[in-house]
Amino acid sequence: MSTTGAGPAATPKYTKKDFESDQDVRWCPGCGDYAILSAIQKSMPDLGVPREDIVFISGIGCSSRFPYYMNTYGFHTIHGRAPAIATGLRLARPDLTVFLVTGDGDGLSIGGNHMLHVLRRNVDVTILLFNNRIYGLTKGQYSPTSELGKVTKSTPMGAADRPVNPLAFALGSGAAFVARTVDRNIPHMEAMLKRAAMHRGASFLEILQNCPVYNDLAWNVIYEKESKLQYELRLEHGKPLIFGPPDDRRAVIMDGVVPKVVKARDVQESALWVHDETNANAAKLLADLFAPDFPVPVGVLYAVDAPIYEDLLLEQEQRAISERGPGDIGKLLTSGDTWRI
Amino acid sequence: MAEGATAVAGAVKPRRELDRAVVRFAGDSGDGMQLTGEQFTAESAWAGNDVATLPNFPAEIRAPAGTLFGVSSFQLQFGSQRVYTPGDRLDCLVAMNPAALKVHLGDLKPGGLLIVNTSAFDKRNLDKAGYPSNPVDDPTLGERYRLHNVDMTALTHEALKDLLLNTKEKDRCKNFFALGVVSWIYTRPLEPTLEWIGKRFAKSPTLADANTRVLKAGHAFGETAEIFGEHYTIEPAQMAPGLYRAMTGNRALAWGLLAAAERSKLPIVYGAYPITPASGILEELAMHKRFRIRTIQAEDEIAAVTAAIGASFGGAIGVTGSSGPGIALKGEAIGLAVMAELPLVVFNIQRGGPSTGLPTKTEQADLMQALYGRNSESPVVVLAPATPGDCFFVAYEALRVAVKYMVPVIVLSDGFLANGSEPWLIPDVSTLPPIDVEFRTDLEGFFPYLRDPATLARPWVRPGTAGLEHRIGGIEKQDVTGNISYDPDNHDHMVRTRAEKVRRVAQEIPPTTVNGPAGGEVLVVGWGGTFGSITAAAERAQSEGLSVAAVHLRYLNPLPPDLGHILRQYRRVLVPEINSGQLVRVLRAEYLVDAVGFNRVRGLPLSSDEIHHAINQLLGST
Ligand code: SF4
Repeated sequence: MSTTGAGPAATPKYTKKDFESDQDVRWCPGCGDYAILSAIQKSMPDLGVPREDIVFISGIGCSSRFPYYMNTYGFHTIHGRAPAIATGLRLARPDLTVFLVTGDGDGLSIGGNHMLHVLRRNVDVTILLFNNRIYGLTKGQYSPTSELGKVTKSTPMGAADRPVNPLAFALGSGAAFVARTVDRNIPHMEAMLKRAAMHRGASFLEILQNCPVYNDLAWNVIYEKESKLQYELRLEHGKPLIFGPPDDRRAVIMDGVVPKVVKARDVQESALWVHDETNANAAKLLADLFAPDFPVPVGVLYAVDAPIYEDLLLEQEQRAISERGPGDIGKLLTSGDTWRI
Repeated sequence: MAEGATAVAGAVKPRRELDRAVVRFAGDSGDGMQLTGEQFTAESAWAGNDVATLPNFPAEIRAPAGTLFGVSSFQLQFGSQRVYTPGDRLDCLVAMNPAALKVHLGDLKPGGLLIVNTSAFDKRNLDKAGYPSNPVDDPTLGERYRLHNVDMTALTHEALKDLLLNTKEKDRCKNFFALGVVSWIYTRPLEPTLEWIGKRFAKSPTLADANTRVLKAGHAFGETAEIFGEHYTIEPAQMAPGLYRAMTGNRALAWGLLAAAERSKLPIVYGAYPITPASGILEELAMHKRFRIRTIQAEDEIAAVTAAIGASFGGAIGVTGSSGPGIALKGEAIGLAVMAELPLVVFNIQRGGPSTGLPTKTEQADLMQALYGRNSESPVVVLAPATPGDCFFVAYEALRVAVKYMVPVIVLSDGFLANGSEPWLIPDVSTLPPIDVEFRTDLEGFFPYLRDPATLARPWVRPGTAGLEHRIGGIEKQDVTGNISYDPDNHDHMVRTRAEKVRRVAQEIPPTTVNGPAGGEVLVVGWGGTFGSITAAAERAQSEGLSVAAVHLRYLNPLPPDLGHILRQYRRVLVPEINSGQLVRVLRAEYLVDAVGFNRVRGLPLSSDEIHHAINQLLGST
């Protein structure tokens, strides 16, 4: 174990290597998780947070092995419960920077309830949801984000349940920061990781991730060069929703209350839909867009400041202490109705 | 009723001295019986008596009026000597409606005082209670009991006739009429109730006036009405000198945590999901933020315990509380704390089960769940308080042990202890054992699972400590290094090590107190909330000259090191429990003794009478 810790005064200049643990990484060859791990390790030095103040918490699943590979504090917990563990940790230690690594099964199936509540409470954690639309660790059953009709080991005739949309779920839960990125787009992933980490409050980042073993190329629409050019919609605050190859630029506009794709050159500039990260309603519409009828939005859908759970609770604690002084058990025991024998 | 021989002369009506009395107030859930009982308890404590209480109310928040299942009651025993239980048979029953009479009459001693609010005995209420005719008109009732028919509603209205209150508001005061009457009968001081009225109705002087008038009217009615021939006094109890307060089990658990937070100088994170009868702990703790108690009303039971575990990982003390159904949901997470070797305190306020069972009734049937109710080998420390006030010390002890051994500790309280109260000698907090937490900061030779040789505890590191970054989790780990390990021999070693760590907690257990002879015919072994009934039964048997002793276990895992020896000093071992025989199985398995159980699972505390009877039966058998 390295002993190059940071003093309280200044955060040392880290490199990616400082965040690599001594454990052998045990994902399948070609797994998208490698790229994500590398991007996270690479982004960490830019956060300016002493390494010892960073905690990675995970549940269960392929993605949840993550904490073992980060040379920070880490806690690999039980299936689905990482959001609740992180909530307790933040309440105990608001000085720590907490990351939560989860997957589509861990975060949206067994842990769906906790995900809902960590988002609505707006606990200050950065949630990285690796969405590969399959259960990998248990060897290939369909997941809550698998498409309807998906044939897997547990659904030989096709899945009968409709998938959940992680971005729409997060927005519906009251998340104040919602973004999407892709494991094969390293620079974008790094940019999104940093934005999510810098945001105060619960930030929800969906990372489209490839599981080459059980669900290869599930996100091919956004991997394959030609189709990526066709469908990727980079969201940028203040910029219109325009996408597509240079010779076929298209725009997403609002037709009444319904989003619609049109040829960009046919639209008046004033009729363009300009992305506004602070518009919750627009974010909810964007969350539902997907190929082939629509482009695939990547980037920050929504980012606003909202009251933070642990801030409010700790303010109450401070107020109680400043108004009435710190607790004194001796005084409490003898307060109220007592009698002497 | 244990009656003294002398009648006190000089009073308008003869006054007799008693050692103790058992009184139960029973009525509709809307009749304010819990409040009446609590006030009568306060008056009795004020009078210097020892008191034990048993509140009993329906699970429905607004149970339909007048029905049998809507009956709410409050029982207490008070006396001039140690009172261990709320009492078995009643000396006095107050029945505010026919349903209350029907449900509770069977518990009244023959010749006992029966005070009936006749105004509620109308056709509708009689029908609802299933009485074909009015029972108070049946002469045999008055022959069997000292029956007093009091039209409380009318008398209450009479006392309030010139007050500007509507009928409903006036009706609501009638419980204080009953309180006034019974206060006169047992010569209780009215001061605590008058004080309470002043505080409660500080903002509505009319209601304060109304309740005061009705209370006094009830008291005067006792004194002047022809029907009560005599009344009673109970001398103050000989109790250890000091400052006392009334204490309920749930409040005591909460305050025990506050004491531990103060002493350890660590914040406590208490995660809980509302559940009867444990919610009171969450509510109590939420009032005491000044002690750096941080409460989370979690989204579910699992989040409640995992938030606590997250807090422990962060270097605070994680605590969660629930009742049996919630504990079942927490099982996997408790296993995580076992594996990660983090401190965790889990309160289980046991109630009748399985499933939803009897949410507002008491039971002791979660012992096996605490000991074994998780997947795989998952040893935890298990403690049980004996009385409401004892909950304070047990909560404190649980936390002390959890941080010293880096281990989960389950505390088994129950519905009876949670809501019951006793006069509690306020302890001098400086006499509580210290809780010294030392976080590991030394980088030299650090490993996450390096163990303290005496306790086998692994080091507790606060995240934020530079140079000690490490990862833990629920996967099996290599001892010392904490690296993931699937090695068969390492797993076997870790299973044994986790068990040994819990066994070592036995170092913390003081020598077992034996109440009675150090050897003899029968040893009664109990745990938890049955302490009072067992003690009363054993002491009664001893006073009858029988060779009986009693032992009450606070530590259920590990068991006290001297217990095996003690068990062998008696010919028979009797284990009374409110379950179908759980501790008795543990004792038989652990010590190969032929212990027998005494088991009743009625949602009620065991009565000392039935335990006394069981002792006699065992003595009579060969
Ligand atoms: S199963 Fe899939 S997601 Fe899991 S490690 Fe292998 S490739 Fe990655």
